[in-house]
Amino acid sequence: MTSPLDRRALLSRGLILGAATMLSGCNYDDLQHPDMADRFLTGMSRWNDRVQAALFSEHRLAPTYPASAITRPPRFNAYYDIDQAPQVDPATWRLELTGRIADKRPWTLGQLRALPQESQITRFICVEGWRVVGQWSGVPLGQFLRRINADTKARYVSFQCADGYYESIDMPSALHPQTILALDFLGEPLTAPFGAPVRLRIPTKLGYKNPKSIVAMGVTNVFPSGYWVKQGYNWFGGS
Amino acid sequence: MRRHRPIHPLPLRIMHWLNVIAIVTLIGSGWEIYNASPILPFSFPQWAVIGEWLGGAIAWHFAAIWLLMLNGLAYLIWGTASGHFRRKLLPITPRAVFDDLLAALSLRLQHEEGVYNAVQRLLYWGVISLGILAVLSGLAVWKPVQLWYLSDLFGGFGFSRIVHFAAMSGICAFLLIHVLLVALVPRVLPAMIFGGRVPETTHAE
Ligand code: HEM
Repeated sequence: MTSPLDRRALLSRGLILGAATMLSGCNYDDLQHPDMADRFLTGMSRWNDRVQAALFSEHRLAPTYPASAITRPPRFNAYYDIDQAPQVDPATWRLELTGRIADKRPWTLGQLRALPQESQITRFICVEGWRVVGQWSGVPLGQFLRRINADTKARYVSFQCADGYYESIDMPSALHPQTILALDFLGEPLTAPFGAPVRLRIPTKLGYKNPKSIVAMGVTNVFPSGYWVKQGYNWFGGS
Repeated sequence: MRRHRPIHPLPLRIMHWLNVIAIVTLIGSGWEIYNASPILPFSFPQWAVIGEWLGGAIAWHFAAIWLLMLNGLAYLIWGTASGHFRRKLLPITPRAVFDDLLAALSLRLQHEEGVYNAVQRLLYWGVISLGILAVLSGLAVWKPVQLWYLSDLFGGFGFSRIVHFAAMSGICAFLLIHVLLVALVPRVLPAMIFGGRVPETTHAE
């Protein structure tokens, strides 16, 4: 992490250079080797994270819809084809817990299903601009975090997925009542393309902030970033 | 001693050209964002967009929007407080617009140094309104949950996207006419860059 001062210097330098290099097209094509435009854009994106965190209210609910509004057939989306979705054996699957959590015992699917479940019919908005409505149910993440004695004063909750995807969200969003560890989709257990056996469903954020086929969850103060965030998407990704 | 007043005061010139940077960046990156999920049966050509891919385009869009909003706000405050809007963009009557439009179309409209004709005034108010509409509908697309009242105002997420696109289209139309008018009366351009001089006969206060 850079200090606020570094960041400010970077920003003003970036502003000038950003304007100069703006039309040259060298932006976010290779974030392993960021150029000045990339640095400027990343600085602005971190600023936009802060603005979104300030706009976020834990009491403001995402709109819910009647069953008739559900999009059928559901829309599959990932960075791979539908037949390449990871196959996870529900019998041996465990949710591993890491970081600032007092009770780190892994969870089986049966144990998660035994917890009180919440159902929601909400809108899923993709960063690309399309949207679908679906029904998900599962364990409210906030309740789960308290049950495992997670440090809910920590900054981030991170997720690792069976396909190598990873994501992270801010703690206030993790504690939002509509944020759930979803086990069911459209009234049935999740299928592989839609994130079996457990995915995050967070209707206050964009689609890429809803990781699928989660195998590990962590609570941390160290910025965990995310699969798309590493490539340039905004981290907060709020709706 | 006589002091020359510029046709366009310095703050106006700075804000105008900063606005051009912001608008061009926003339109170019906005087209790339649109291409990720078009709402009309066409996409913008890749040579015309800013940002190599969706992630880059979004990053440019959300960087340039701060320039547009802060600079736009400064312009509105400055324009109101300095009396610039009252002096240069008002009054504007349907009659005057009609007369000036007729004169312009028959190529009889004279350019008067430092004075905007009624058609220009209308165009400027139009683009200012479109800019505000673009910002508000953009906020509605950006935060349909947190800014739900804006989202509702524009008829939900889908309609907000349409309104946002329409505002962009309107700004593009303005830009076309605006640049065409500058091309027809090119001597107004140096004044917008260097300030220019108000002719003394017309302003002998
Ligand atoms: C390359 C593009 C542009 C050029 C060459 C240009 C040029 C000019 C010129 C020469 C004037 C003064 C006109 C006169 O004195 O009669 C002017 C005024 C103005 N332009 Fe532009 N312009 C450009 C882009 C834009 C854009 C993108 C916008 C807004 C979306 C814009 C909005 C305005 C407004 C609102 C005024 C009136 C300013 C005032 O007095 O308050 N222009 N422009």
